[in-house]
Amino acid sequence: MVAVTPETGPDTALGTDGTDGTGMTATADLGAQLAAAFDAAVAADERVEPRDWMPEQYRATLVRQMAQHAHSEIIGMQPEANWITRAPSLRRKAILMAKVQDEAGHGLYLYSAAETLGTSRDELLDKLHSGKQKYSSIFNYPTLTWADVGAIGWLVDGAAITNQVPICRCSYGPYARAMVRICKEESFHQRQGFELLMALSKGTEEQHAMAQDAVNRWWWPSLMMFGPPDDESAHSAQSMAWRIKRHSNDELRQRFVDIAVPQAESLGLTLPDPDLKWNEERGHHDFGAIDWAEFWDVLKGNGPCNEQRIGQRRRAHEEGAWVRDAAAAYAQKQAAQQAAKHAGANEEARV
Amino acid sequence: MTGTDTGAATVTAAALALGDDALILSHRLGEWAGHAPVLEEEVALANIALDLLGQARILLSMVGDEDELAFLREERSFRNLQLVEQPNGDFAHTIARQLYFSVHQHELYAELARGEGPFAPLAAKAVKETAYHRDHAEQWTLRLGDGTEESRARMQAALQALWKFTGELFQPVEGLGGVDWAALEERWLAALTDVVERAGLTLPEGPRTGAWAAGAGRQGLHTESFGRMLAEMQHLHRSHPGASW
Amino acid sequence: MTQNWPLWEVFVRSRRGLSHTHAGSLHAPDAEMALRNARDLYTRRNEGISIWVVPSTAVTASSPDERDPFFAPSADKPYRHPTFYDIPEGVSHL
Repeated sequence: MVAVTPETGPDTALGTDGTDGTGMTATADLGAQLAAAFDAAVAADERVEPRDWMPEQYRATLVRQMAQHAHSEIIGMQPEANWITRAPSLRRKAILMAKVQDEAGHGLYLYSAAETLGTSRDELLDKLHSGKQKYSSIFNYPTLTWADVGAIGWLVDGAAITNQVPICRCSYGPYARAMVRICKEESFHQRQGFELLMALSKGTEEQHAMAQDAVNRWWWPSLMMFGPPDDESAHSAQSMAWRIKRHSNDELRQRFVDIAVPQAESLGLTLPDPDLKWNEERGHHDFGAIDWAEFWDVLKGNGPCNEQRIGQRRRAHEEGAWVRDAAAAYAQKQAAQQAAKHAGANEEARV
Repeated sequence: MTGTDTGAATVTAAALALGDDALILSHRLGEWAGHAPVLEEEVALANIALDLLGQARILLSMVGDEDELAFLREERSFRNLQLVEQPNGDFAHTIARQLYFSVHQHELYAELARGEGPFAPLAAKAVKETAYHRDHAEQWTLRLGDGTEESRARMQAALQALWKFTGELFQPVEGLGGVDWAALEERWLAALTDVVERAGLTLPEGPRTGAWAAGAGRQGLHTESFGRMLAEMQHLHRSHPGASW
Repeated sequence: MTQNWPLWEVFVRSRRGLSHTHAGSLHAPDAEMALRNARDLYTRRNEGISIWVVPSTAVTASSPDERDPFFAPSADKPYRHPTFYDIPEGVSHL
């Protein structure tokens, strides 16, 4: 038996490993050791949990990514909620309400995952409202017809799932766990979108045209959802090393195109890209050039709905402040009453 | 015995009345999506809206094709209470509307569930849902009433504004002949008085049975905002006659 | 003056016979609302039959580092596991 005593803990390592006896070197060494241990653990596909030591940059990257992801979920409620009151059948209405509700739920899962890193939801919401943190640019496009609800489900959620499935294996435990839950629920979203478009495509001429028009408008923005090409992506390399990201933007984009092409065929709809064709040699579909100027422009705030989306979000938050305050005030009063009652009871007990 | 009028016509009338209540209130709650005061409440309001929509679909299907009934009827053919069609207003108005309606619906469904009429199976399922809706409304009434000065004032104003629509809740519904409406009203008043008092609010005074509110919705007389709501709800379906979705 | 609602940890029992497991967290002004929010958020697909909510601040955790030697001592006591012992073939119910 080997006696394991507390002396082998990291606290004593700090004392014994310092070579010149000054705290400085010891601390620097410890930092290096921790970083090396962290890198090794991540490389071995171990999960990082909230209270583990982690590089500041890793923490910052995760908070940024999880926040952006959460913001996208809640801003993403708007373009679809736009059609809840006009859904053309009660069945579709129920489906759409459940879907938009899921998005609020997904936002909640992700905010709570982000909160494990010592930030608060209010802080993150403030950053969203002030424009300091972004959300997915796709939601700055308008939903002009009912078919857009289908196109969002099929293409936007399809692209999101392609992006998100690998995050279920993200190195950060809480994020990975939230994504497992989300991905399970998302597959309903994509299916309902596909089914909605199928009904339109097989419906009347007007319905078919509506579906085609929606796909024409949502196809390119969906491809942009995977982010800039690999050689221009600012955060990609480090995120891959840290296993926050598992595949490059271009890889995922290609995967999505390859999945979407046959699905479009079975929908009886075309994709608006004359250069889209199967490349036998690569074993993938080639596709046309993406208009990155548009992408950057929308990202900068010049999309058709940027102001509208953030405006509605801010308004909902501001107009809800009195409700949140009321509930907080009520809770305080109740707690105070409880405390007084306890004190009273103790008093009586003594008497 | 409760709900034993089983004549086809009267069952239809009752199913329309209850179904339209659920359909229209669900629609109003659906308008909150993306506008709720806090994310948790987005989820809660959507849950209630989905429960109600589910009830509406079952009830309307007892009468005919649910979509034809929802999307192709004119305003004057809807049989819902005027209360449920009232615009959302601020969160306090929505909660007051929920409180008035869900206490009523819970008490009514509990009674129907105990009977053997055609609505007993639906009511047995729905009574669990409405119990939750009622709880949600009561919890929020307490918090808004006993929260801040502002929330108390808003909640009191909301209770007052919707009060005049509450008399209609107890007008007998054709096809629900077995229901003791007077006893239902008594239970409703007692429950309302209790929660409103616990919330530090006062039960509004004033008429609940004015010329335009005494059972008017049940006879197809609605308020102005309802037409606009229906226009929005029905336009897409009506723009494509005969299409399936 | 907006006051932030505290954070709650949510535990859900998915069915009878299983223990409550951590499902995630949420914000609520008080315990009653936390329970209701948890019901709406974490069991809307029929995932549970019982819920606990605990203020996040009430959780005391073992150590700041989850890879810490706090748990190492239990790794070298194989005699605590039944597979440690050799049993001759043919002996059953053991």
